[in-house]
Amino acid sequence: MTAEENAAPSLKRTPLYDEHRALDARLVEFSGWEMPVQYSSILEEHRAVRTRAGLFDVSHMGEFWVEGPDALVYLQYLVPNDVSKLAIHQALYTQLCLPDAGTIDDLLIYRLDENRYMMVVNAGNIDKDFAWAEQQAGNFDIRLTNRSDETGLLALQGPEAQNILQPLTEVDLSNIRYYHFDMGKVDGIECIISRTGYTGEDGFELYCSSADVVKLWRDLLAAGKERGLLPAGLGARDTLRLEAGYCLYGHELDEATNPLEASLGWTIKLNKGEFIGHDALAKIKEQGVKRKLIGIEMVERGVCRGGYAIYADGRQIGALTSGAPGLTLNKNIGMGYVEASYAVPGTPVSIDIRGKQTGAQIVALPFYKRKK
Amino acid sequence: MAKLNHPANLKYSKTDEWVRVNGDEATIGISDYAQDQLGDIVYIELLRDSGESVSAEAKFGDIESVKATSELVSPVSGTIVKVNENLKDTPELINDSPYEQGWMFVVKMSDSSELDHLMSADDYLAYLEGR
Repeated sequence: MTAEENAAPSLKRTPLYDEHRALDARLVEFSGWEMPVQYSSILEEHRAVRTRAGLFDVSHMGEFWVEGPDALVYLQYLVPNDVSKLAIHQALYTQLCLPDAGTIDDLLIYRLDENRYMMVVNAGNIDKDFAWAEQQAGNFDIRLTNRSDETGLLALQGPEAQNILQPLTEVDLSNIRYYHFDMGKVDGIECIISRTGYTGEDGFELYCSSADVVKLWRDLLAAGKERGLLPAGLGARDTLRLEAGYCLYGHELDEATNPLEASLGWTIKLNKGEFIGHDALAKIKEQGVKRKLIGIEMVERGVCRGGYAIYADGRQIGALTSGAPGLTLNKNIGMGYVEASYAVPGTPVSIDIRGKQTGAQIVALPFYKRKK
Repeated sequence: MAKLNHPANLKYSKTDEWVRVNGDEATIGISDYAQDQLGDIVYIELLRDSGESVSAEAKFGDIESVKATSELVSPVSGTIVKVNENLKDTPELINDSPYEQGWMFVVKMSDSSELDHLMSADDYLAYLEGR
């Protein structure tokens, strides 16, 4: 074996890498990062989030700050959602689109101040998204900074999240509404405390300096122990978001997929003015999408997975983009795209599982909605 | 690292199945290492039934965990005498008890010399360390 063969490109690590090792996490490659897929068991972590709380290290995600007099005008041009609707300390979900409406990434935009915004993007797309953001900055009077490396991010998710977090902060968490945030000290650490998440449960995402994230992680785990808080990995993160019907970039969204196909029309404001992809999206809306994102529920025994073909009337009508056992639901579920005419809940279909046509049906998303 | 258990009285295959020999009958399952690697098992399908024949190194089933799909390969050839029906509804028995309640099927061996191709517990441990 030569030295070159030995030197694999090294994976990136968050500041919590040693914490994950200490907790005996199983580490896997995810979008160029070495991340915990599970600490104990995906099933246990998934159930913890649904019934108590789980803590996720999502520090690998990207954060870009957009500041300056043209911050709003620039962002309005960059994304299909209406950024002008954001109050200070409010966030929204949107996409970066290509001119043909293909999706570059999906992201959150936080309004930190009058002319200061933060874009939060997927870990695997940080470089691509920042290059795109810079490329589109053109003549806008803005300052664009990539703060991904200096920003740590933890997601505390589950019905006990607020009970666990409140003793660590003087910020009144009950005043923070969904998709809103506050800024203050948690555990003595300056944080953005946002009531957002990717699991379908109540919970918070905590942005802090990467220098402080280890302390925050340890102290949150200790504080939540009594209430059954578990560290949770990317395995549970995926099974949770699947039940909640959320898109995962690289699966339900990619550059060959537009947000209208992905049932994200509610985030697209064609009337707000000009933005990248506007005309393509307007045309698609007018003509109707050719394929649509749907849920799949297995009827016969079997687990459906991303990539499996979906059949009806003796031919392939689509394919799954994600699939797994629905750990809360006791049904095996998936998401995928089918020809628009088949995208009707209740439609019987079959899934090709290892060459065998296995009975399933199309269902509406989400599979799971938490009780309010 | 969770302490894994590989009983000394069993034989093991390179594809992580174990064999318990009783006369000319072999009980087969997957090792503690295999169930640990898979994680929470949610589904198992055995492709052969009682009375049917199975060949060494041929696929005899599929096993799925939350995150992964894996094939089951028979370590020996013969006729299936018994299949563990409990695994259909409670596949997690394989995680909890891979050598006892998680047994998969029993084969009446057609060629017991095939056992010579399998590893002892010590050899299997060495094999695992090299992986």
